[in-house]
Amino acid sequence: MTTEDVDLTPAEGKPIGRRIVFGMVGVGAVGVVLGKQLTSMTSSAVGAVAPQLQSVIPATGGFRIYTVTNGYPEMSIADYRLKITSGPKVSTLTFADLAAMPQTSMTKDFQCVTGWRVEDVPWAGVLLSDIITEFGLDEHGTALAFTSFDGVYTESLTMEQGMRPDILVASSMYGAPISREHGGPVRLLVAPMYAYKSIKWLDGIEATPDVEPGYWELRGYDIDAWVGKSNGRSDAPVV
Amino acid sequence: MTSMLGWASQMGAVMLRSSEAMLRRFSRAERWTHRLIALDVTLLIVTAAFLYIPDISALVGNRYFFKISHVILGFALPIPIIIAFFFLAFRLDVRRLNRFTKVDRQWLRPGNRQRRELEVGKFNAGQKLNSAFQFGAIIVMLVTGAMLWFNGLFSVDIRTGATFVHDWLALIVTVVVVGHVYMAMRDPYARQGLRTGFVPREWAEREHRGWARAMSGEESSGARVD
Repeated sequence: MTTEDVDLTPAEGKPIGRRIVFGMVGVGAVGVVLGKQLTSMTSSAVGAVAPQLQSVIPATGGFRIYTVTNGYPEMSIADYRLKITSGPKVSTLTFADLAAMPQTSMTKDFQCVTGWRVEDVPWAGVLLSDIITEFGLDEHGTALAFTSFDGVYTESLTMEQGMRPDILVASSMYGAPISREHGGPVRLLVAPMYAYKSIKWLDGIEATPDVEPGYWELRGYDIDAWVGKSNGRSDAPVV
Repeated sequence: MTSMLGWASQMGAVMLRSSEAMLRRFSRAERWTHRLIALDVTLLIVTAAFLYIPDISALVGNRYFFKISHVILGFALPIPIIIAFFFLAFRLDVRRLNRFTKVDRQWLRPGNRQRRELEVGKFNAGQKLNSAFQFGAIIVMLVTGAMLWFNGLFSVDIRTGATFVHDWLALIVTVVVVGHVYMAMRDPYARQGLRTGFVPREWAEREHRGWARAMSGEESSGARVD
């Protein structure tokens, strides 16, 4: 019906297409080798010129916002409640109750298990160890289970880990209230561990007889998530 | 008047059916390869946006599902391409796309107003550059993507580099894909070629004169058809 295309005439010309393909593979390989330096260059360049673009332009050092539900849960500071279950005793703290407790500030790198790291993030809030002692959580279990008011995410720590001085029930980040996407009004900060341990939108803390693996730990990530010593990674530890 | 219209529509039907009116441009295997790659790449871009643009991530959530989907779609991408290499028509077109002739250099010359007069082959230089770029991009995205998925095998520095390349090339690929779709939107006959396999001879003579001539055997048997 129509002219058939079985054309066996040898194509002429130079194989430029193939050279482009090989060239791209070469540039890609160089990019992989030099990517670490290039990442910090683009990161500081974009950070200096347009920090608000850091979340849009790739590999520029900003936070990446993750959520495991269909969106970010919303909660006002006025409506916020933290439920602490210590054996038979259940206490409910308001944001103001937390603010009335001794406040601790710390500046720590924030390292994600997927590879990105934000350096020197200033946090403030109540030390988890202060809450453990205040509510006698260590008398009612050997581990802690954390829940989120997103209704899905969970996390865990051993009681011994919970007593460390670099774990915060945080209510401030960069000197301001924690924003909704960063887990506000109140989130956990487990500075020495990968960021999935730092549960956002903190809803409850409960003393448990054993460690109950959290959301990502049920999906293959390590329970003891020390930065640089878990999940097959060797990042610089957060100190 | 009625008879005139009747005559015209009859002639139109004859023209469409006639071997002179339409030229075969793409085989069935080529069209299905293009469709599958287009679908897969679209879904890769969409799932990537769901995972990495914070505002969209917030709206859609379900990170675990989209992450697994993105990885499966990525590893599936070479399959239709590998299968396509078993088809002669595809291999011939790959060779045409690979080879750049004098006409292509003239076509690419900035501000060349004489593009219309060039004996452009089955593919113009822009299409050749696009296909070479996308072929290279698929290889680089596949390798860096695999490095990120099997991340235990590589040092942190190398993984940071792989992330850097994967992220930036993703951005560039998306821009090029949007450009590719934009060009196609402006040319219904180019789209017809990929939808039905056939293009109007008139269009081919305008856009790909060298190819149109070779297809109709107007030139000698040594015709250039690349």
